[in-house]
Amino acid sequence: MIEVRDLHKAFGKVKAVDGVGFRAADGQITGLLGPNGAGKTTSLRMLYTLMRPDRGQVLVDGIDAAVDPAGVRRRLGVLPDSRGLYKRLTSRENIRYFGQLHGMDDALIARRTDALANALEMGDIIDRRTEGFSQGQRVKTAIARALVHDPRNVILDEPTNGLDVMSTRAMRRFLLQQRAEGRCVLFSSHIMQEVAALCDRIVIIARGQVVAEGTPDELRAQTGEENLEDAFVKAIGTEEGLMA
Amino acid sequence: MKAALVVFLKEVTENLRDRKTVLNALVLGPLLGPVLFAVMMGFIINKQLDSAEKPLALPVIGAEHAPNLVAWLGQQGVQVQPAPADGEAAIREREARAVLVIPASFGEHWRKGETAQVQVLFDSSDQEGRTPKARVSALLQAYSQQQASLRIAARGLHPALLSPLAVADRDLASSQQRAGQLLGFLPYLLVLGAFLGGMYLAIDTTAGERERQSLEPLLANPASRAQIVLGKLGATFGFAMASMMLSLVAFSFAFQYIDLERLGMRIDFDLGLILRAGLLMVPLVMCFAALQTIVAAYAKSYREAQTYLSLLMLVPMLPSIILMVNPMKGELWMSAVPLLSQNVLVMALARGEVVALAEFALSFGATLALAVVLAWVAVRIYHREQLAVSA
Repeated sequence: MIEVRDLHKAFGKVKAVDGVGFRAADGQITGLLGPNGAGKTTSLRMLYTLMRPDRGQVLVDGIDAAVDPAGVRRRLGVLPDSRGLYKRLTSRENIRYFGQLHGMDDALIARRTDALANALEMGDIIDRRTEGFSQGQRVKTAIARALVHDPRNVILDEPTNGLDVMSTRAMRRFLLQQRAEGRCVLFSSHIMQEVAALCDRIVIIARGQVVAEGTPDELRAQTGEENLEDAFVKAIGTEEGLMA
Repeated sequence: MKAALVVFLKEVTENLRDRKTVLNALVLGPLLGPVLFAVMMGFIINKQLDSAEKPLALPVIGAEHAPNLVAWLGQQGVQVQPAPADGEAAIREREARAVLVIPASFGEHWRKGETAQVQVLFDSSDQEGRTPKARVSALLQAYSQQQASLRIAARGLHPALLSPLAVADRDLASSQQRAGQLLGFLPYLLVLGAFLGGMYLAIDTTAGERERQSLEPLLANPASRAQIVLGKLGATFGFAMASMMLSLVAFSFAFQYIDLERLGMRIDFDLGLILRAGLLMVPLVMCFAALQTIVAAYAKSYREAQTYLSLLMLVPMLPSIILMVNPMKGELWMSAVPLLSQNVLVMALARGEVVALAEFALSFGATLALAVVLAWVAVRIYHREQLAVSA
């Protein structure tokens, strides 16, 4: 479970995040929706302890990120906005590297790698060097790498960015599978259809603040709009930056 | 410490698979210094031996005014050449290195027993002219002495009257110490080898990792940043050290092919020297690995890092230059100054002198302390938020 309370982060005079708070429960997919520049990536970066919040609290499975950042990172599987691979290593070696950094032994890493390769349908690329991989193959490897330690909580920053239709569908199936396994899945997106199709709960962020939160039905009720798309636009207050 | 080892092994594996890095760090880097040195030395030795052993060719103007002198020069092995049209022009055009001019009044002065003058034309700015000029002057001096003795003897006096003082030179430098002066740049070339060896890894593991956007996922791992930095530093150090040791071995080979004996010099570049010099350099190589990592981590891109590190390469040249311009007697305080101490002590080792354990330990300890400080700075940099966030 991930809980975020009243996060603030400023870069100079720019308030990138200005009071973001939400909960993402186990066995659910929570979507962080917002236009480009709304503060989604910065919020997530504070969540996985890459940045320190100016104010506010991050709790992962009850562990405070300010007190035990390493413990928080251990419980998270993170696919950040930047997801570069080591191109002179094979896909399997990329995954093993992260497994070793999590302190896993070789046998366990091998078992997890096989399971993830299976789930992500990457059997044909797992032993190839990642140089020259397609965008889809790169994302698959990056996800397998991020989840090698079997984390209870999964954070993905715009996971379908740059993916074609087939890869996007495979990604959705994978996220639903993670939910079925009881994990807490939190992902960000600026694409409304994607969030609508996947999420149990939606957190809408605009200008560094949470402007609406709830299930799709609750959002429709809150905004008084029948159509989910209109509900989003109303919550954000503008159509700018919402479309892919 | 386990995570640091994981990072270290991964960086080494990855870079060993990069042909360009291997070529630069483990082949070109170590060979650059020794090859440069061997070629330069071979060139200098040949030059010196050539001009010292070759028969001296000497154009003489006005040879007819002093046939005895010219004949004597011929007996001494000088190839007397006919007068050039213009003696001064011949020197300026470097057609001749030295020209002997005997004036018409020579014979008259000589017969009267007065001091007769001859001129030697030469160009002191011409490197190759110095040896021939010195040889001509020495021969003329010898002729003058000989004639003086004859004149004194003819008057019934003892020739020893003319030389109340006899000077005998005794060079106390061993042949290995004499060779030491050739080794002035050895410490710098070693540092250069280490620098080039570590440079690619320092950039690849910091600015490169950020540019490839793999730093953020790496930092999302539970491993502490200190461990990650130490692993990266270790890999850079490993490559730099390998490069420098290969460089030392290459030097040892190079010295077997340079004919120093003919200059009366000797260098024992054996395994003992390689190991001792290598050990002496260990903490310095650590310093450079940390310094390179710090600079590369500050750079915004791979290219920027390359530019900074190329400039940084000039820093280790400073002590070498200072010691060349102003050779200092080795004193204990020098052993406490990183970089300077390695310069002084590696030179002393190469000259075959005994390096006291205290100096060795002081140099090692002081430099190691600096390395620890620099590594700590590198770790601090990795705690900066801006570092992880790629541009």
